[in-house]
Amino acid sequence: MKEFVLLGDEAIGQGALDAGLSGVYAYPGTPSTEITEFIQKSKEAIERNVHAQWSANEKTAMEAGLGMSYAGKRAMVCMKHVGLNVAADAFINAGMTGVNGGLVVVVADDPSMHSSQNEQDSRFYGKFAMIPVLEPATQQEAYEMTRYGFDLSEKFALPVMLRITTRLAHSRSAVERSELRSENEVKLPADLKQFILLPAPARKKYKLLLSIQDKLEQESITSGLNRTEAGEDHSKGIIACGLSYNYYQEVAANAGLNYPVLKISQYPVPAELLNEFVKGVDQVVVLEEGAPMLEESLTGILENNYQIGGRLNGLLPRDGELDPLNVKKAMGIESEPARLIPDVVKNRPPALCKGCGHIDMYNALGEALDSYGPGRVFSDIGCYTLGALPPYNAINSCVDMGASITMAKGASDAGLRPAVAVIGDSTFTHSGMTGLLDAVVEQTPLTIIISDNSTTGMTGGQQSHATNRLFDICRGIGVEEEHLRQMNPLRKHHEENMVMVADELAYEGVSVIIAQRECIQTASRSLRKEKSAKS
Amino acid sequence: MKKDIILAGVGGQGILSIAAVIGMAAVESGLYLKQAEVHGMSQRGGAVQSHLRISDSPIASDLIPEGSCDMILSVEPMEALRYLPFLAKDGWVVTSTKTFENIEDYPAEDELFEQIRLIENHVLIDANAIARELGSQKISNMVMLGAASMHLGLGTEYLEGAMNTLFGRKGEEVVALNIKALMAGKEGIRI
Ligand SMILES: Cc1ncc(C[n+]2csc(CCOP(=O)(O)OP(=O)(O)O)c2C)c(N)n1
Repeated sequence: MKEFVLLGDEAIGQGALDAGLSGVYAYPGTPSTEITEFIQKSKEAIERNVHAQWSANEKTAMEAGLGMSYAGKRAMVCMKHVGLNVAADAFINAGMTGVNGGLVVVVADDPSMHSSQNEQDSRFYGKFAMIPVLEPATQQEAYEMTRYGFDLSEKFALPVMLRITTRLAHSRSAVERSELRSENEVKLPADLKQFILLPAPARKKYKLLLSIQDKLEQESITSGLNRTEAGEDHSKGIIACGLSYNYYQEVAANAGLNYPVLKISQYPVPAELLNEFVKGVDQVVVLEEGAPMLEESLTGILENNYQIGGRLNGLLPRDGELDPLNVKKAMGIESEPARLIPDVVKNRPPALCKGCGHIDMYNALGEALDSYGPGRVFSDIGCYTLGALPPYNAINSCVDMGASITMAKGASDAGLRPAVAVIGDSTFTHSGMTGLLDAVVEQTPLTIIISDNSTTGMTGGQQSHATNRLFDICRGIGVEEEHLRQMNPLRKHHEENMVMVADELAYEGVSVIIAQRECIQTASRSLRKEKSAKS
Repeated sequence: MKKDIILAGVGGQGILSIAAVIGMAAVESGLYLKQAEVHGMSQRGGAVQSHLRISDSPIASDLIPEGSCDMILSVEPMEALRYLPFLAKDGWVVTSTKTFENIEDYPAEDELFEQIRLIENHVLIDANAIARELGSQKISNMVMLGAASMHLGLGTEYLEGAMNTLFGRKGEEVVALNIKALMAGKEGIRI
């Protein structure tokens, strides 16, 4: 078979397509975005008419995926870790209903917070929902486990989580494909009440879910994804989850280590497997990307008192991603860096692009707010969050998608005037609209600026559901037309834009200002496309 | 054969195009490849790097261990220094002299070059000037690739082949220009 060089994300996309996927549902989010983008660009997917359009947010994606599964077809739902917070209601309850067609939920965690607000570990959600979790270490495993995930999902009629982290998502390697499997036909669930979670049937479903946990544990042994590798040196036994296995292998090869290893790629991990493995080793070291989840549970699982090393006792850092260096140190091998970073090297944080419309919007807002003093701007998540950095220092919050409008509302309710929300177009349709409705219903004094670059910029310029719809949405929600304003954020309009903001800041009700100018990245990309189409 | 390379630059400078050529050339010559990239927030004008590993035996880690990198190939001089802890004792730093100054406290050029010259194995090359003489600023990354090519352990024919595959749909002229840039960088001379 021909090999393809694929990102971990792309391997998952290809794995799903080859496993007979009928639809992917997702909202962009680093480091998960490229899974869906791969399927959107895939010729085979387009020919097969596989659903691959973006969803408004992770919750709508999760529910649509569940609906496709209800209808008997295989669906995949992809998101970044914090996206699962948004989808959590649907996700946990999908564990209760179970599935009909195979349903794989891919969650990409971002330890070290390269592009995220936190480094929450999604394996906890898998455990919470009591469904199987798969955690590949390599691109090839990502490809294969995606297919296995669908098999597992259809075998136990449960959703399956595939958990990856940034380094696997965004690292390339050769992947060998297996044969193509056809998609499922539309087929209703055998029990048409399977998806009705009224209290009485829900109690039954929950007992069923509890009763198959043993079988899920057995499956974690028979699948072969959790495997033991013998070693001669029994002074340590290494339990390596997911990607951390790679780092251990690297260190072991370089330093000539030969400890027994238990590679974990499937949860729930049965106690018997762990107890069997630790027999005969002096000390257990747990390597896991994210939180010390398995490590924490070990004290309750292991039958004897073992010395356990990992993130909890400081053998490994409590936060941040693993790498060959911290794993090497955890193996007791000291190393001094031969070279240091010279002092002349300065930090180079990300920044708003030159010519970005968000800059002109912040300039207008900043001047209009001058007379009121600082501390009034609740912002949100997107490129415009970079307004937090100098020279702008323009915002005071960035918490979770949609929180700008609702936090500004709460502050306004408390008496802070003016209270301002700055939100991007994609974030607004992701989860800002419902907060606007709250404010409109109460006529809360609030000035909302939707900084509309007509794309989902921060994640690389995906199509935004908001494009050309913002005015109508706001009017439909009930914003008064006199206070639903539109500005063109360009330097030459600075004066009038500033006056517009100042006027609305003074209004004791809900104002929405839509500051629309296309993202300069997407604009120059389409310009380039046009040019090359002409030539 | 095993080469660990860190590609360095600023988001938007296109280091991934260099990675793509090396990666494809490596795979075509039958080598194993792992290449970790930075996607996401840092691509907005922040420091970006890619860990590129090629080897004739399977590669475990997607990240290069500290102190074992064979070459830092940078399209920006300050970024060349950011990853020094990864560089092996006998490793090479190959960097463009062209600064990208998008921060207020960007250091003086001379201080940067002084630090780079402290590294035993270094190549400082004015890739932009060479690219300009060849007729296009856009190919400066391929000049850099050329300058680094002797330390890659890959045949030039494989690099050219990869350029053919990757840039082929942009037309023969584009391919030829990129190959010219590769050669110019390799010889370190102006054409
Ligand atoms: C729940 C959740 N989903 C996804 C993301 C990833 N994410 C961060 S910003 C962003 C896009 C924001 O787009 P927009 O609001 O249009 O602002 P822009 O970046 O275009 O300025 C996304 C998808 C996230 N942080 N949280």
